[in-house]
Amino acid sequence: MKIGVCVKQVPAKDAPLAIVDGGAWIRESDIGFETNEPDGFALEEALRLKEKHGGEVVAISMGPERAKQTIKEALAKGADRGIHVSDPNFFKLDPLSSARSLAAALKNENFDLILTGLQSDDQGFGQTGVLLAELLGRPHATIIMAIEVVENHMKLKRELEAGWFQHVELPLPAVLSIQSGINKPRYATLKGIMAAKKKEIAAVDRASLGVPDAPTQKVERIYVPQKTKKTEFITGSPKEIAAKLVEKLRHEARVL
Amino acid sequence: MKILLVTEQREGKWTGVSFETLVAAQQIVQHTKGSLTGVVIGKGVAPLADQLAAYQLDEVLLVEHDLLDKYTPDGFSLALKQVIESVKPDLVLFPHTYQVRDFAPKLAASMNKGMIGDCIDYRYENGKLIFVRQMFQGRTSADVVFTGEGPWIASFQASAFRADLAAKHAGGKAPVKSVAVDLKPEQIRTKPLELFREAKQAVDLTAAPLLVSVGRGIKAPENIALAEKLAKAMHAEICASRPICDEGWLPMDRQIGSSGQTVAPKLYLALGISGAIQHVVGMKGARTIAAINKDQNAPIFEIADYGIVGDLFEIVPALIEEFEKSA
Repeated sequence: MKIGVCVKQVPAKDAPLAIVDGGAWIRESDIGFETNEPDGFALEEALRLKEKHGGEVVAISMGPERAKQTIKEALAKGADRGIHVSDPNFFKLDPLSSARSLAAALKNENFDLILTGLQSDDQGFGQTGVLLAELLGRPHATIIMAIEVVENHMKLKRELEAGWFQHVELPLPAVLSIQSGINKPRYATLKGIMAAKKKEIAAVDRASLGVPDAPTQKVERIYVPQKTKKTEFITGSPKEIAAKLVEKLRHEARVL
Repeated sequence: MKILLVTEQREGKWTGVSFETLVAAQQIVQHTKGSLTGVVIGKGVAPLADQLAAYQLDEVLLVEHDLLDKYTPDGFSLALKQVIESVKPDLVLFPHTYQVRDFAPKLAASMNKGMIGDCIDYRYENGKLIFVRQMFQGRTSADVVFTGEGPWIASFQASAFRADLAAKHAGGKAPVKSVAVDLKPEQIRTKPLELFREAKQAVDLTAAPLLVSVGRGIKAPENIALAEKLAKAMHAEICASRPICDEGWLPMDRQIGSSGQTVAPKLYLALGISGAIQHVVGMKGARTIAAINKDQNAPIFEIADYGIVGDLFEIVPALIEEFEKSA
């Protein structure tokens, strides 16, 4: 099986977020970045499918130069090679332009299966997998909790809301968006990290792909949300806080 | 603005967020002095079209086909594309459900259009419709506008609008019109199989008046015992955000949020929960929300009545002591 897995680099979970003047984006200069956590589950699933069925895992990331680090981490965990679609202004792309760029960069790879995470922890559009499928003319399924490959099709377990699931069957080639929690992603081993140094990362300049610059939507500004409730902050020593909170829950909110 | 609202049902039962999105659609129609067409799609769903027609809409379209009996992304996209091309709306609104996120971006792309998904609000300013969605897991909001020609496609997150505010039809009932769509079995590449439940749902968290909820801030499985001790001292049930259940630190049936249970207890005490939208939709109906988090900018504090910025490993033991003292 030839499997492509889309991995995105996003600001680290605990990175302090400062918004640039005008609200176009966040200030990237002082923060750390990491692989988008949901994509880690997709990568792990790709590696497990390869271990079971043989083949190749290709890690694809779009983003500025730093996004290469996310590909390197995927290679260290066992992906065979990487494709970096580079664009210093990646964050400005709308979901459709992003997917069109990825589709253009991947179409000649003819993957049997393309996996994405559920959504990114930064923009959180949650559309890339579904759009890639449409643009590449492949069937798709999302929020996948189990994959069983049987010859040229797959039996999948999809998650629905409120504890419901559904089995669906899908022919290959296809695109799947993986639900977080489907597996326990592995850590890179020292051997893996060493081996990754010899693995190839193909660089593709996004501008060279000939994708039309035709955004369907524009983020006007991002901002810290306004509070919908007035939060009363309780301060003091842990002991004082505990006493005050219990007092308030009992006599002010009257919920105890 | 001509709006098409696509409702959702599963096996003949409404998805509740459909009516929340109806409220958003009715409000946008008022602002823009437009018209509203509702769509009910499936098979054998005429009774639902009738129910929808009791609300303030200009008309209801009933889209039925044997191949729409069970949801497939191909079937729903192809059918709705035909409906959209015949109605020619300016804006198509969906409830943001797992099903909608599975096919609406595809539907939009098949028409060379974009989708603004997962919106939590909108604003209508100087003739411009601005959609509000979250980014960075709720740590920031974003104002997003469509560029270019319609139809524009957008979806609203659960609990963004109040379903009970849906206006009933002024004249008794909106006309219901059947719309034929052309679908062939070979166009449907997905084979949908049975729906099933897995978690035994041993605990019904919806019945618990007090909940202590655990998030990533609890750090390690061995620390769950601390939260359980607090829950016991308070006579509360324990529950968690998705990552905690994914890790197996608490069973799946204790999960609160879009993929777990939706609760509205008297008190929801959130320990180390950042407050991502997928969690918040499951608990924002709580009468009182108290939150302990080390990050003062955590989005949970936007909806908390009582906020404590600090180390839960210092504050929770003090709380346990306080409750045990007064027991």
